[in-house]
Amino acid sequence: MLYFSKLRIIFVTLISLIFILIASSNLFKFSNDLLNKKINLGLDLQGGSYLLLEIDNSPVVEQKLQNLTITIKNYFKEKNIRINNLKISNKELSFTVDNQFKQTVLDEFNDEESNLNPYYPRFKSHQLNIEEKNDLLIVNYSKQGLVELKTSSQDQALEIVRRRIDEIGTNEPNILKRGNDRILVELPGLDDPMRIKSLLGKTANLTFRFVASNTEDSFGTEKLKYEDSTEESVVSKRIILSGDNLLDAQPRMNNETNETVVSFTLDRVGAKRFGKATSTGIGKQLAIVLDGKIISAPVIRDTIASGSGQISGGFTFQSATDLALLLRSGALPAPLNIIEERTVGPDLGQDSINAGMIALAIGFALVILFIFIKYKIFGLITNIALIINLFLLIGVLTIFEATLTLPGIAGIILTVGMAVDANVLIFERIKEELKDEKNNLIAFDSGYTKSRTAILDANITTLIAAIILFFMGSGPIKGFSLTLGVGIFTTLFSVYFIARLLTVLYVAKNKQKEGLI
Amino acid sequence: MIAFNKYYNRFNILSVSLVVVSLLLLTFKGLNFGIDFKGGTLIELRASESKINVSSLRDNLNQMNLGDVSVKKFGNETDFLIKFENNDNKNVIEEIKTNLDKSFGNNFNFRRVENVGPKVSAELLKSGIIAISVALILMLIYIWIRFEWQFSLGAILALFHDVIVTLGLFSLLGLEINLSIIAAVLTIVGYSMNDTVVIFDRVRENLRKYSDIKIFELTNISINETLSRTLITSITTLLALLSIFFFGGEILRGFSLAMIFGVIFGTYSSIYIANTVLVRLRVSQKTVLKEDGNN
Repeated sequence: MLYFSKLRIIFVTLISLIFILIASSNLFKFSNDLLNKKINLGLDLQGGSYLLLEIDNSPVVEQKLQNLTITIKNYFKEKNIRINNLKISNKELSFTVDNQFKQTVLDEFNDEESNLNPYYPRFKSHQLNIEEKNDLLIVNYSKQGLVELKTSSQDQALEIVRRRIDEIGTNEPNILKRGNDRILVELPGLDDPMRIKSLLGKTANLTFRFVASNTEDSFGTEKLKYEDSTEESVVSKRIILSGDNLLDAQPRMNNETNETVVSFTLDRVGAKRFGKATSTGIGKQLAIVLDGKIISAPVIRDTIASGSGQISGGFTFQSATDLALLLRSGALPAPLNIIEERTVGPDLGQDSINAGMIALAIGFALVILFIFIKYKIFGLITNIALIINLFLLIGVLTIFEATLTLPGIAGIILTVGMAVDANVLIFERIKEELKDEKNNLIAFDSGYTKSRTAILDANITTLIAAIILFFMGSGPIKGFSLTLGVGIFTTLFSVYFIARLLTVLYVAKNKQKEGLI
Repeated sequence: MIAFNKYYNRFNILSVSLVVVSLLLLTFKGLNFGIDFKGGTLIELRASESKINVSSLRDNLNQMNLGDVSVKKFGNETDFLIKFENNDNKNVIEEIKTNLDKSFGNNFNFRRVENVGPKVSAELLKSGIIAISVALILMLIYIWIRFEWQFSLGAILALFHDVIVTLGLFSLLGLEINLSIIAAVLTIVGYSMNDTVVIFDRVRENLRKYSDIKIFELTNISINETLSRTLITSITTLLALLSIFFFGGEILRGFSLAMIFGVIFGTYSSIYIANTVLVRLRVSQKTVLKEDGNN
């Protein structure tokens, strides 16, 4: 255990120097790319917002089933089968057919080649389940169908969330999927998430529809409330234009009325439809509906063929800006709920960094002092190894550009406290060996050998705890497990290479000296 | 040599009573779960002047229909921690801000806002329990591979003792259990195991070496031989933890306190639980030699 080749000495020295350099790149600026890496600060240290959003998919299911009713009707109409009593309730679609056709309908649904009901060979499952209950046929989403639906609405929602956040222009947002119905948003440096929260909380489903003059609209009608008052209007269910037809939207000042408005530009299809609707509908009221509420319902005075227009609705400049942003970035496929929020202000983050650094400095100083008093020259060796260990640990975190959190700093301090354990085990063992063995070299050698299993055991148990935490924990806790886990490896390196090398060099010079340790 | 073995019985009785009391506390008093596990909202705010006090803040917030509101000082004179249960109002933070600014003048800085919904808190609690269980099981497997079953039992009992008594103390003192406490408990599990394994390693070595020394004496010899290491490591770890506790800021206080308790219990249990199990199971040289023969 005591022999070190020249090559190995050079190797150990080199590694230590490289890591010291890398670790210090957090403080200085280097032009070199490898050295330009930095440890990322977690949201709890640099300040920022963590939001976990959950997609409420039930309206999507309802909507899809609603669309399905038409598909089913048309599909079987071609086959001369009449579908009766088509109803949706409780995420189920039910209908009846004449008895003689029942089997045909079931077969159509369960056919693997079916156009009506896509089959996923991967999962050996259809999108929809169909079952017979008394006279009724009941269709609902299969487990896989629901998963597919959720995944696709998650993909869409992620895209929209990204666009909305990009529009606001926060720096380096982190937007990730979680499970199949959640989206995680991390916004570093943002101390007031109020605006983003309100922007993400809106589905931004925009439609232009006529206010129904009589209730006998062929598409059906519904009563909707106004955004800023308790008044209600009866609005046709027929959608003239939707948010999908918008090319652009911007907040503007209307010079005539001195009011803030949102001006919009439509795509080609939208412009055509808008032109047609405004030419046939002169004198009618066109309701602009956002998320089930009427923003305004102006009376059409002229045909608008240009494909652009304005929405007014008593906006402030801020609310007009936000609405324009929402319209530009598109509608969410389903409402989002914020189910977890953690926001840390930048000054608390800075306070945490300061406190963490002070604790690290004091903890480090106390441990070093204690070890030096206890072991003198070998304490010095341990301390040198400990300091290099700290550089190694920070260096590794820097190379991987890991995220340092407040509990992560605690993990570093704890590593400092526990890292001496290995050297203590070795030195205590050597002391015992020296009681029977007069040759320093032999005693040191067997001290190292005999303490090895205990040291490995000790580190494996801590590593187990760290690994579990890494996989189970979130955010700050992950940071703790990371520093604790990496710390184990750097500790073993510093003990077996650095401290041992220094010990060997010292003992080789003092082979005969008594009471060495 | 210190005669640790003289007190084996007495400390066993103490440990059993501590565990029983802890379990009673955990059953009847329960743990003070923070918003991570109970759901709810937490606001850390800093007032710009020191005139504002806890009771005036509490009175003000109580008028807002937030349900059960708790207001506490947090660290220094001008920092406060406000907690309340989940409520359906999405703009509640905004409203509190407006309300406080109106009542006290514009002088609050919302330093930290956390809001955990009921679904998330249930999941966090579940994953916390899973994490600790998995850790205990993995430790069990590890020790079972490394040692004879008598040793494994001793180590695991020591581990359970440490976790239960630490949680019992948290229950007794009404300290908050949050995510970082789970991290602390897991680290305690690792530390306690580590400590026990080092002594066990020596017990096994000594069992092979001496055939004529009874386990009662032998454990005592082993404890004494490893004692200075046990103490030095505990001291350096405690030095690190104490500096986190005193200087690491309010957020890490509960975490470091749990760890400090854990290190103390872990050190104690390695000596007085793990080893006494060996004594009570009458471990002898045969136990380890049989195992060696099997390999």
